[in-house]
Amino acid sequence: MPDGFTSDEIMTVSAARMLRNGAICFVGIGLPSTAANLARLLHAPDAVLIYESGPIGAKPAVLPLSIGDGSLADTADTVVSTPEIFRYWLQGGRVDVGFLGAAQLDRFANINTTVIGDYRRPKVRLPGAGGAPEINTSAKEVLVIVKQSRRSFVEKLDFITSAGFLSGGDSRERAGIPGKGPVAIITDLCILRPDPKTRELTVTSIHPEISRDQIVASTGWEVRFSQDCVTTEPPTEKELTTLRDLLARTAKAHGAAGIAA
Amino acid sequence: MAQWSSLAEAIATYVHDGDCVALEGFTHLIPFAAGHEIIRQGRRGLSLVRMTPDLIYDQMIGAGCARKLTFSWGGNPGVGSLHRFRDAVENGWPSPLEIEERSHSDLANAYVAGAANLPFAVLRGYIGSSFEQMCPHIRSITCPFSGERLAATPSIRPDVAIVHAQKADRKGNVLLWGILGVQKEAVLAARRSIVTVEEQVESLDAPANACILPGWVVDAVCLVPQGARPSYAHGYYERDNAFYLRWDAISRQRESFRAWLKEHVLDTADFAEYLRVEASSRQEAAR
Repeated sequence: MPDGFTSDEIMTVSAARMLRNGAICFVGIGLPSTAANLARLLHAPDAVLIYESGPIGAKPAVLPLSIGDGSLADTADTVVSTPEIFRYWLQGGRVDVGFLGAAQLDRFANINTTVIGDYRRPKVRLPGAGGAPEINTSAKEVLVIVKQSRRSFVEKLDFITSAGFLSGGDSRERAGIPGKGPVAIITDLCILRPDPKTRELTVTSIHPEISRDQIVASTGWEVRFSQDCVTTEPPTEKELTTLRDLLARTAKAHGAAGIAA
Repeated sequence: MAQWSSLAEAIATYVHDGDCVALEGFTHLIPFAAGHEIIRQGRRGLSLVRMTPDLIYDQMIGAGCARKLTFSWGGNPGVGSLHRFRDAVENGWPSPLEIEERSHSDLANAYVAGAANLPFAVLRGYIGSSFEQMCPHIRSITCPFSGERLAATPSIRPDVAIVHAQKADRKGNVLLWGILGVQKEAVLAARRSIVTVEEQVESLDAPANACILPGWVVDAVCLVPQGARPSYAHGYYERDNAFYLRWDAISRQRESFRAWLKEHVLDTADFAEYLRVEASSRQEAAR
């Protein structure tokens, strides 16, 4: 047992553990990219990381700061054009796991990265869709990594940018979405998974030292806990050292900006 | 047929007020020099298209060049918001900005459709999202064979496409490599095109399947070394991540943005002078 770890570290480590070796993974920039590369350095050396800018099989030594860093192209098996990555590789059904972040999500794991407020007269204009809508529908399954708070876990979204389980139950299937959708939401407090029937996000694993009250206080809806809810395994020495080395290498390569992983 | 010319001449000849203009480059090879020249020449009423508006469109929007933006992800990569873009959408400053919003997959498909001379793109997209209700340009079509409902969106047909590349030969044949984005599709979808390059070479010496834009699909080729800064040119220079961070502070307030724009773009003669002024600003910021 290591002497201590941060909530960000257990979030990243928990997310990394979910990526199986050999998986073909479409990776978002930021936290998803950190977790996917950590997995590659630990138990999943044969995971294939695809970035929407075109690199397939990227193996960056340090984390990229932007989705199109040269290090992704330099270390990839091949680099294809942006239309090709979305048409042949994602829509073509080649992706096992989509690994995404989110600005806001609701109890059915629908994601908003478009606006806060009215679409035509937004209070806050967010960056928009990027690759997420089609990653969320075309990847065989999706992992979401996001910090949990009442700002990010909200009762009602102002805009659904990417479909999760829509209004719950079998509404995703009825809409004709090919992929299984979000199978786990990994946060700095816990892991949530969709209830098999209602598809409402349910806490299935609580990180060490985190209380149920903290999770309730950080969720904008009345959050449910699974009956078999467990405590997340703390990070191992190896997981922590590998993550810290990766972040230190990144900070060194990019300067202070590298800390924003 | 490509003509070698100065960037100022190319922009004056091929980019007009009110045009639909696409400056492409996905993080890599972003044609900053061309964007600055459009600002310097005071173009107005442009309908801008770009997957990732990035800092270059933040600058052009803040400078008042644009009336419309078609885009799929409008942020400062790895940093946060594009403040000038947000100010235009949220507050109509310096002028209201109409937006046509897409996903990456859609916009990439729409450039392909444009290059293929088709009126619309078809993709398995947007299912279950709010786009179909909120965005009138996102519609659907039923497959005549299977009955599947698919998203249909208008193709992109810019008046002018502008891209930056590594090399061109004397005849204006252009070679680019690394992260390719949608540059080839943007040029082939557009009526006119301008390419800025890092260097002019005798021979491209490229393998058969390299990404080449033959000189006869390009109107103007301009030699602009470092013309993609602060983005990067694979094999030439790296991304200036520190500038992307600094842009957050420069662009946050209208006044600081205006002062930056005047000193670095409006009051400089060309991109070479911009780079010199920018280098001294960087030293000052580091002090």
